[in-house]
Amino acid sequence: MTSKVLSPDDVAGELRSGMTIGIGGWGSRRKPMALVRAILRSGLTDLTIVSYGGPDVGLLMAAGRVRRVVCGFVTLDTIPLEPHFRLGRQAGAVELTELDEGMLHWGLLAAAHRLPFLPIRAGLGSDVLRVNPGLRTVRSPYADGEELTAMPALRLDAALIHLNRADPHGNGQYLGPDPYFDDLFCQAADRSFLSCERIVPTPDLLAAGPVQSLLVNRAMIDGVVEAPGGAHFTSCVPDYARDEAFQAEYARSAQSPQAWEQFRADYLSGDEAAYQEAVRRFRTRTAAARA
Amino acid sequence: MNTGDVTRAEVCVVACAEAWRGDGAILASPTGLIPGLGARLAQLTFAPELLLSDGEAYLLARPDGPAQDAGVVEGWLPYRSVFTVVAAGRRHAMMGAAQLDRYGNQNISCIGDWARPAAQLLGVRGAPGNTVNHPVSYWVPRHSRRVFVEAVDMVCGIGYDRAAQAGARFHELRVVVSNLAVLDFLTPDHTMRLRSVHPGVTVPEVVAGTGFPLVIPDDVPVTRLPTPQELALIRGRLDPGARREKELA
Repeated sequence: MTSKVLSPDDVAGELRSGMTIGIGGWGSRRKPMALVRAILRSGLTDLTIVSYGGPDVGLLMAAGRVRRVVCGFVTLDTIPLEPHFRLGRQAGAVELTELDEGMLHWGLLAAAHRLPFLPIRAGLGSDVLRVNPGLRTVRSPYADGEELTAMPALRLDAALIHLNRADPHGNGQYLGPDPYFDDLFCQAADRSFLSCERIVPTPDLLAAGPVQSLLVNRAMIDGVVEAPGGAHFTSCVPDYARDEAFQAEYARSAQSPQAWEQFRADYLSGDEAAYQEAVRRFRTRTAAARA
Repeated sequence: MNTGDVTRAEVCVVACAEAWRGDGAILASPTGLIPGLGARLAQLTFAPELLLSDGEAYLLARPDGPAQDAGVVEGWLPYRSVFTVVAAGRRHAMMGAAQLDRYGNQNISCIGDWARPAAQLLGVRGAPGNTVNHPVSYWVPRHSRRVFVEAVDMVCGIGYDRAAQAGARFHELRVVVSNLAVLDFLTPDHTMRLRSVHPGVTVPEVVAGTGFPLVIPDDVPVTRLPTPQELALIRGRLDPGARREKELA
């Protein structure tokens, strides 16, 4: 069996400017941040990002890589409003396809099933239809005749997800309580890249969790990246919880252009190892400040 | 009216709890601390069948024993299952609202022109789907004309006028609980009505904080006080640190 192991920068190298990229996780939970940071190091731009949005969206927007966001929200969970998403929207710097959360799910499902659309009630009567003039409704051909939103397929050029474990072939495992929609993002995408906390031999997967925890299989995955801390600063339970102190540090970077430049210089000027080292220094500093 | 030492926040917890009375075995989805306490209180008292999630993916059982039993997992409800519960209508959510109009149209997305908002907020989240699929209530911790507006800037959760136009047959708005009052839509044209004022609040205060004409019955009752048992649960078990008071501060 061929190994699909890549580095984060290899994954960024597989992507192209202008692509539509789906990002797994939810809010500030189990986001493929090491892969997002690799995009920040690349020259990729003009991206359309489809996401249950968190700091993945905020970081890419702050770095000017995003043309359009397709989402129902962008949040840091414990900090309800994602500050860089707010700044970008309020500056008119990004296009937005604003959808109900369930519509986003349905759009991914339609894409995964190679359907042009799926009917859903969500959206009816709301301004989601006003701000997305391309959205259509469809009437049931059966006796009920009900009119429903025709949610178009959200086909992705690529999907990026982060899981707890994977083998080198792309069989991936989540060990936390929620799979989110990571499998669906992969099935809706032409190519999918999985980062994980640890790559293990295939026989070791079931030592870590039940067979139901094997969320994606190798037919769904084109590249595997071992990225310990690769979801940082979002949560990746049970490996680690959200780094709230660092998330607050990230949120402060939206206070001014200078603050963002400082954050970028402190944390995003090197490779993934340099990022993790800078985070360790941040923890030492904050621990010293508390003591 | 003598309210003893009962606080406004405690009255609000009970008013929120009342929203779920009679709902049976459905998922209660509160947003905000006080609605969360209300849902838990309802489950512990008059609505024992309610399902409650921990905000992640676990359903937490009603703790029948001592307080340390709280947090017993009785089920699994990842987001993908929540969406199915929403579509099946087996849910009653109490959401927040940055803006709310007389028909119950709700906005949590952004303030100002959507194309380039003055203030970007959360986004529509699940509000469009929630309001066409299952009962929805709202919690407003600061009752003011900034929230209760003539027209919302972005309709996320749909009100009764939009629901009628869209033929949304599962639409139902139950109550709006604010720091001043309980409101509902039990009027012939489903415009917002003052159901009760909290102890110590006057009708003119509510009217002054509302940016559209409210339907005011001849006799406006006072929102009920917590029973001694409810008060003991709120203070001793659900929120011993009194975080509820900060949500109204």
